[in-house]
Amino acid sequence: MSDPASGQRPGSRGPQRNARTRRPKRKNAAAKAPAAALVGQIAAGLDGRPAPPRTANPIVPPRTVARRALLALVAIMSFLACLAVAAVSVVAERAEGWQRQIADEVTIQIKPDDGLDMQAAIARAIDVATQVPGVAAATALDDTAAKALLEPWLGSDFDASELPIPRLIAVRVGPDADLAALSRRLQEEVPSASLDDHGQWLQRLAAMARVMTLLGLMVLGLVFAATALCVVFATRGAMAGNRIVIEVLHFVGAEDSYIAREFQRHFLLLGLRGAGIGGGVAMALFLAVGLFARVEGPTPEEAQLRSLFGGLTVGATGYLGSAITMLVLAVIIAFTARLTVRRTLTELD
Amino acid sequence: MKKTRDAGPVIRFENVGLRYGLGPEVLRDVTFHIGPGSFQFVTGPSGAGKTSLLRLLFLSLRPTRGSVRIFGKDAATVSRTVIPALRRRIGIVFQDFRLLEHLTTFENVALPLRVGGAEESSYRRDVSELLEWVGLGDKMWVYPQVLSGGEKQRAAIARALITRPEVLLADEPTGNVDPPLARRLLRLFVELNRLGTSVVIATHDLALMDQYDARRLILNGGHVEVHE
Repeated sequence: MSDPASGQRPGSRGPQRNARTRRPKRKNAAAKAPAAALVGQIAAGLDGRPAPPRTANPIVPPRTVARRALLALVAIMSFLACLAVAAVSVVAERAEGWQRQIADEVTIQIKPDDGLDMQAAIARAIDVATQVPGVAAATALDDTAAKALLEPWLGSDFDASELPIPRLIAVRVGPDADLAALSRRLQEEVPSASLDDHGQWLQRLAAMARVMTLLGLMVLGLVFAATALCVVFATRGAMAGNRIVIEVLHFVGAEDSYIAREFQRHFLLLGLRGAGIGGGVAMALFLAVGLFARVEGPTPEEAQLRSLFGGLTVGATGYLGSAITMLVLAVIIAFTARLTVRRTLTELD
Repeated sequence: MKKTRDAGPVIRFENVGLRYGLGPEVLRDVTFHIGPGSFQFVTGPSGAGKTSLLRLLFLSLRPTRGSVRIFGKDAATVSRTVIPALRRRIGIVFQDFRLLEHLTTFENVALPLRVGGAEESSYRRDVSELLEWVGLGDKMWVYPQVLSGGEKQRAAIARALITRPEVLLADEPTGNVDPPLARRLLRLFVELNRLGTSVVIATHDLALMDQYDARRLILNGGHVEVHE
């Protein structure tokens, strides 16, 4: 099983390490024999006898399992999985923040009516609101603020006083505010006033956050499934390449679980390595984006960077989720390899 | 040395037939037994079915008909979870050695112990002594690519013996060695047999069989004749 191209041994660097030298690669198979014959000499110890390898050679040669293509695939999958996790965490954090902000404030709307003294109604509504337990403050939006709210639809050249525009009162509330009591008292004392607790917006935000989270988790699930499928094929390939090893292990009385463990070990290491590389790159990307988002300064370029990346800062949850994702991916790889080995051995029987 | 667990035969064949797929029967109505501590040669012309017989003995094949009982277990119905434990009681030497190329001679010989979960420190001395005994003391840490055919053969034999099995099966164990070494290996098998191991040697080397007076199972046309 020596590599005819290089004369190196699969699964062991022992002889090369002992020699502390690196031999050039051979270009043809004819060079194999002398290269192999050198192995014993290279491994020669001080007493002239070949010395043992520093560590026991693994029973399944790693080079027949840990292919670079599979490592690259695992790294890419890990990168994508971490991106999905980070996206979910960013959306969830933002949605929570928005929900908190919206829930902290309710709006009293007073509709204009014939004979209604708008200023008196506003003053009464504010008075009613501030008397309700849990209300921190109530502030009427002045004409300028009300006009600014309508500018996107009506433009800046209109006279707000000529239009029957409802007046708004922003009410900051605590978590224990009794909104039902506020609504009831407003109806009793200011009939033209109504209370908007932003419930509709909260519901929409919560629904959007749920959809985004679900999408992210679906992407994550697909990445895990695709990785597992690739590992199934890779494991079968590795088993085919190690047919003799498996046969000999069976003949010396190895149980299927032992053989599965030997393969699993390699795939776990490969999974940890690949997931570490992909996840590490993803985390470096999160850090870079976070640094751009923190750029301060008055120039237009700096402002653009802030607006571009300001909403994409990944929090601690995203990093923690990415780290867990890497571990889960490695475990999935190892577990899939183990299951595949056991199933294939049963099929072979 | 492990003791056989009962006084009856360790392996018993009764009217055994074997065919590969839909082909003709390569073994027909084979009946014999291998007693504890017995020594026998299995011989016959090439293609007579010696290797198939060994594969049946080693639970690598199941009989098409008849009964093969190994350590009291019926080979046709034994669960695959039980087979490893049965195989650990049997040592086997293959004609083509089956040494793992990425393991050193020491590691190849120690493989059955390593698979059994033993720590290297617990078997290092035993493996080293056995390798010295078969003349591979100076080849302990080289890889099979640099071993000659005879050295590979000796390493394969050492691997089969290291667990001191109750039954030793050897397929042409002296096919790649010179006559003096063949005699030495035969002495090793005889010594092992004296210590209680049942030995089955498949060979067509008449000179080897003439050196030791033992039971002969002669395969011909798929049938077995037993010469006590």
